[in-house]
Amino acid sequence: MQEVLAYKSPDILADVPTHFCPGCHHGIVHKMLASGLEDAGLAQKSICVAAIGCGAFIYNYVLVDTLEAPHGRAPAVATGVKRSSPDSLVLVYQGDGDLASIGLAEIMHAANRGEKITVVYVNNTVYGMTGGQMAPTTMLGQKTTTTPLGRQSGSDGYPMQMTEIMSRLQGVSFAARVAVNNIKNLKKAQKALRRAFEVQEQGLGFGFVEFLAACPTNWRMNALDANARVDNEMIPCFPLGIHKDVAGEAQ
Amino acid sequence: MSRIFVKGNEAIARGAVDAGCRCYFGYPITPQNDIPEYLSRVLPVSGGEFIQAESEIAAANMLLGAGACGVRAMTSSSSPGISLKQEAISYMAGSDLPGVIVNISRGGPGLGDIGPSQGDYFQAVKGGGHGDYRQIVLAPGSVQEAYDLTFEAFDLAFEYRNPVMILGDAILGQMMEPIDTREPAGPDLQEAASWRLEGSGERSPRIIRSLRLAEGTLGRHNQDLQEKYIKARKEIRHEEFLTSDARLVVVAFGSIGRIVKSTVRKLRKEGHMVGLLRPITLFPFPAPALQDLARQGKRFMTIEHNMGQMVEDVRLSICGLAESGFYGHLPGNLPTPEDFEEPILKELTG
Ligand SMILES: Cc1ncc(C[n+]2csc(CCOP(=O)(O)OP(=O)(O)O)c2C)c(N)n1
Ligand code: SF4
Ligand SMILES: [Mg+2]
Repeated sequence: MQEVLAYKSPDILADVPTHFCPGCHHGIVHKMLASGLEDAGLAQKSICVAAIGCGAFIYNYVLVDTLEAPHGRAPAVATGVKRSSPDSLVLVYQGDGDLASIGLAEIMHAANRGEKITVVYVNNTVYGMTGGQMAPTTMLGQKTTTTPLGRQSGSDGYPMQMTEIMSRLQGVSFAARVAVNNIKNLKKAQKALRRAFEVQEQGLGFGFVEFLAACPTNWRMNALDANARVDNEMIPCFPLGIHKDVAGEAQ
Repeated sequence: MSRIFVKGNEAIARGAVDAGCRCYFGYPITPQNDIPEYLSRVLPVSGGEFIQAESEIAAANMLLGAGACGVRAMTSSSSPGISLKQEAISYMAGSDLPGVIVNISRGGPGLGDIGPSQGDYFQAVKGGGHGDYRQIVLAPGSVQEAYDLTFEAFDLAFEYRNPVMILGDAILGQMMEPIDTREPAGPDLQEAASWRLEGSGERSPRIIRSLRLAEGTLGRHNQDLQEKYIKARKEIRHEEFLTSDARLVVVAFGSIGRIVKSTVRKLRKEGHMVGLLRPITLFPFPAPALQDLARQGKRFMTIEHNMGQMVEDVRLSICGLAESGFYGHLPGNLPTPEDFEEPILKELTG
């Protein structure tokens, strides 16, 4: 019988066990990045800037030139990279604590300068790596290890909607929020990522893709319940879609 | 090349451009603003990159990114801003990355003032950020030396793959002197070819990071760093002035070294047997030269524009051979050669 190749894992995705917890969405995002870069023929010219968090080990899985940045500083590091190596495709991978809390100044200004980089922002509403503390994205009422009664707006403020904030900045050419919790969302996410790479390749400006992600471990849920939570709680709080694409057709 | 009349700050900025600096990242702070202002005019029109960053934190991290691409890059600031750069400098040291950091230091602690001070000596030579690392520290004493040492700073940063600091102060930054410039160095595209990030192309991907979790790797890296610092001892530089027959050797660095030199010259004319040793590299420290003088039976006195920092390294260097007296000039005003006469005479006769 003739064998038909129905699926091939990207060459630049390392064939190794990951450190991610079962049901973690980081792994899915990693794989999507690897195939996105490879399919677009960009892997060999990519420089990835890894942030601090559960995605910090991306260099063990997505095999491209990679530089580690201090917590929150990845957009500034990537600025230095892109300005020094303008022909490279520069990719930044940050979590929500990293990007929306300690690194808020760096992300806002890299975006506002219109740095020609692509930021992949993985929002799982908690500080995953440090054990599930409140993040700037934690939803109202959501229990974390530092909001044992659930996040209260009066004392803890509100979940930050970074894609909406990014969209308002003139330096941003592309901003989208996607999810990877089902096939339909995965397909849209793939498309958004491809578009973000195109925006950088065409020198149009700053691209931002927010991935809503499950952290089953710190949500104290199994993988299926965590996937459902993305639909039931996260998407209502963080609406999906292409929020900005200055060069593309109006969405 | 040519003879020009410039401030210390501008000499550093010109030195950077002539040494092949392609990227500059900074944030405004007195008394170093001439550096970014000069480079904002010159770098972009010569194919380089100038960024006024959102903070010193961001500027130092941009330096880290440029260093990882093997590009000659620089940031500059003054004391409060240098504190903010320490995180990135520690990561650069931990990732073996080159970069030049200029500190035109001012009075502290806190906001202090905008006048000269040497209060950042410890921060500069003992690491400054977290972890067991050092940066190479160069301390120019004149505008010409500020220009020349900027060339050295870039060469050393790439030779040792380590952050290099030029430690000046408000006196050096604002002082105007004639200098001779050099033939600009074209960028050496090969100096980082074996390790820089540029996209993997046909080779296997490179990773630059400070995180070392695998058993034994962090210990080994700390050991490698120490070996690097020992190797860097061959870069030690210092100036001696009238030390051979001196009874008392005054040790002073940077612009204070320069001012003390005038004091020593005057006291010599009056028949007092004093000399000067001016460390030019603060790390690595010119301990061997001090030890040589100590073995000759010299006495020592350290003068600083702080309440006693470098004196600890002087005492450590000559420990068991000699002692060092100390005189500290308080920040808040500009010392003159006369300010040091009485303290030196007191030490000499004491
Ligand atoms: C300066 C500094 N502060 C704190 C930490 C500790 N730390 C490591 S990861 C992390 C949070 C990561 O959360 P997030 O960015 O949301 O990533 P996730 O793990 O959830 O993917 C923190 C606070 C650090 N490494 N550096
Ligand atoms: S702690 Fe959360 S984010 Fe981190 S690997 Fe586990 S599931 Fe993923
Ligand atoms: Mg998170």
